[in-house]
Amino acid sequence: MSFFNAISRLRNSLWIEWRIAIRFLAESPLQTLLISVAISVGAAVIVFITALIMGLQINLINKTLGTQAHIRIEATQQHNNFSEFPEGKYVWTFENPRAQRLQTINNWQEVRDTLDQYSAFNTVSPLISGPAFATKGSARSSVALMGIDPKRYTGIINLEEYLTEGQFSIEASDILIGYQLAKDLGLRSGDKLRIDAGDNHQAVMNVAGIFELGVRELDSRYVYTSLKQAQTLLNLPGGITILEIKISDVFSAEYWAQRIQKLTGLYVQSWMESNGQLLNALNSQSMTTQIIRVFVAMSVIFGIASVLAVSVVQRTREIGILRAMGSSQQQILRVFLLQGGLLGLTGSLLGVLMGYTLIQIFNAIDTKLFVIELETSMMLSAIFIATLAGVLAAMVPARRAAKYDPAVAIRYV
Amino acid sequence: MSNSSVLITPDNQQTVLQLDKINKVFNEGTPLANHVLHDVSLQVSRGELVALVGTSGSGKSTLLNVMGLLDLYSSGELRIQGHLTQGLSEQQRTQLRSESIGFVFQFHHLINAFSTIDNVLMPLMLRYGKPNQEQTEYAQYLLNEVGLANYAHIATNRLSGGQQQRVAIARALVSRPALILADEPTGNLDTQTADEVFDLFERFNVEHQCAIVIVTHDPRLSARCPRTIRLTDGRIVYDGASANLPNAFTKTV
Repeated sequence: MSFFNAISRLRNSLWIEWRIAIRFLAESPLQTLLISVAISVGAAVIVFITALIMGLQINLINKTLGTQAHIRIEATQQHNNFSEFPEGKYVWTFENPRAQRLQTINNWQEVRDTLDQYSAFNTVSPLISGPAFATKGSARSSVALMGIDPKRYTGIINLEEYLTEGQFSIEASDILIGYQLAKDLGLRSGDKLRIDAGDNHQAVMNVAGIFELGVRELDSRYVYTSLKQAQTLLNLPGGITILEIKISDVFSAEYWAQRIQKLTGLYVQSWMESNGQLLNALNSQSMTTQIIRVFVAMSVIFGIASVLAVSVVQRTREIGILRAMGSSQQQILRVFLLQGGLLGLTGSLLGVLMGYTLIQIFNAIDTKLFVIELETSMMLSAIFIATLAGVLAAMVPARRAAKYDPAVAIRYV
Repeated sequence: MSNSSVLITPDNQQTVLQLDKINKVFNEGTPLANHVLHDVSLQVSRGELVALVGTSGSGKSTLLNVMGLLDLYSSGELRIQGHLTQGLSEQQRTQLRSESIGFVFQFHHLINAFSTIDNVLMPLMLRYGKPNQEQTEYAQYLLNEVGLANYAHIATNRLSGGQQQRVAIARALVSRPALILADEPTGNLDTQTADEVFDLFERFNVEHQCAIVIVTHDPRLSARCPRTIRLTDGRIVYDGASANLPNAFTKTV
């Protein structure tokens, strides 16, 4: 690996500095061991907490976004239009907001095809959604009728995965209903169900399958059917009310939402806007983790610095001898910087190992909660940053060592 | 640092060390100012063996540190192998020191983290990095010369005081310096060991033709040096053949 190549190259060009640093560290093994353990505990905490929070957040996002689109495009809301009034005059109006009837997105096929061309979007799925009643015998339940394009909708929610009963079919008069609705109305797959969308638009449908999304609201209200069926029932022939989008980088949703808004002039909302609470929670979690990491890193850095400061004092006489033997100030500086770097390196190697073990233990104890994954890139960056921190921590003591007056240092007992 | 010296020209400089009216004031310009060296002028030539004597506090060690470029002087002129040391950068001073001067200290001052031979090789390792075969062989030869052939790979803190001092002498010689500065090299050794160590100085002085300046309290040792310089209160009060040193001085030592 190039990381270790770099280390060995460093070792060759700083042969004597490397040697002195290693010997100095080896000569006080207890001191070296104690600070290495301290560094490794710090590194382990950072690695573990980062992986834990990352796992938690990924889990939360997946759970939340698993059953919803990242971006929703709807027709612009209807509003009152006022006639222009003459300049210099004040007009006092009393306005009743307009009722928002179901309306289609104009030219939705064209919008869909345009959005299909962006590689950032994994899926662009048309949807017609409107209110209806589901009745069986004398039992009645209000539902959301969802007309979907089954091929495209798989990219938003893979309904087949959530089926608990029956089969995935929305052709002809087939529908899919949530298990909560099935329970409320006493339905099983194969049963008939009457859907009434008002204005005398009703039909008897065939329950082809029952799904469980794990969100009570959806499981008790969603009724999936084909686009055509829904369009007929909701009296919106050829129209759709929503275009749903899934993107690869979930956190860019807001950016894309704004771009689409500008592009189409439609009403666009990202998941980040509609899940403000979740986003807020995620952000404060990240901030808390960041603060913990900074404080742990600071204590590690100060730990290394204080051990090296003591070591510099302990080595005063030896530094004097080395200077008298012809070592330069820079050589002395490098000896102590190397010691800091080596402490950071070994400590963080140990720490990453400890963090890895902790994560394995966590995953083994409660696999039902969620699984934490430790990315190689994170381990490597932890090691790299710790080594760098070691060098930085050594800066002050090393400079002091280099500045020692050899004539004075050599008499130090 | 490069292997070829930028400071030393390889001509046969007869005068190794030249001091002209050197003054040294500690804490200069403050109420605590302490004038330690007054107008010290002297010359040491190639192959000379010089004893530097004087009571405690007379400025011997300070003078030695100034000569060895370990300490800065306040005024005057100091030349090492003909090179003026005035205005040299810390790095140039280090280079001149590592090329021209070997040190032997009272408390032998070895680095215990390293083996005997590594201690001897230290000045070369600091200059050139990993020692080559020739350098290692020379270090081993020097260890043979000081009678420690079998101790090369032993930790130095397991050696006796006399043995450690002999390692320090080998170390001072390894870079083939023109000048060796020794600060009380026999100060904490018993008489017999002190004599043995001094024998080594004499031998290397003759064999390698390096100039040696030894600070010592021991009148027997200073008597064995052909030349004695005596310091009192930071002033040279005698510089000449040891045999002619007035009795008044020897008594007070």
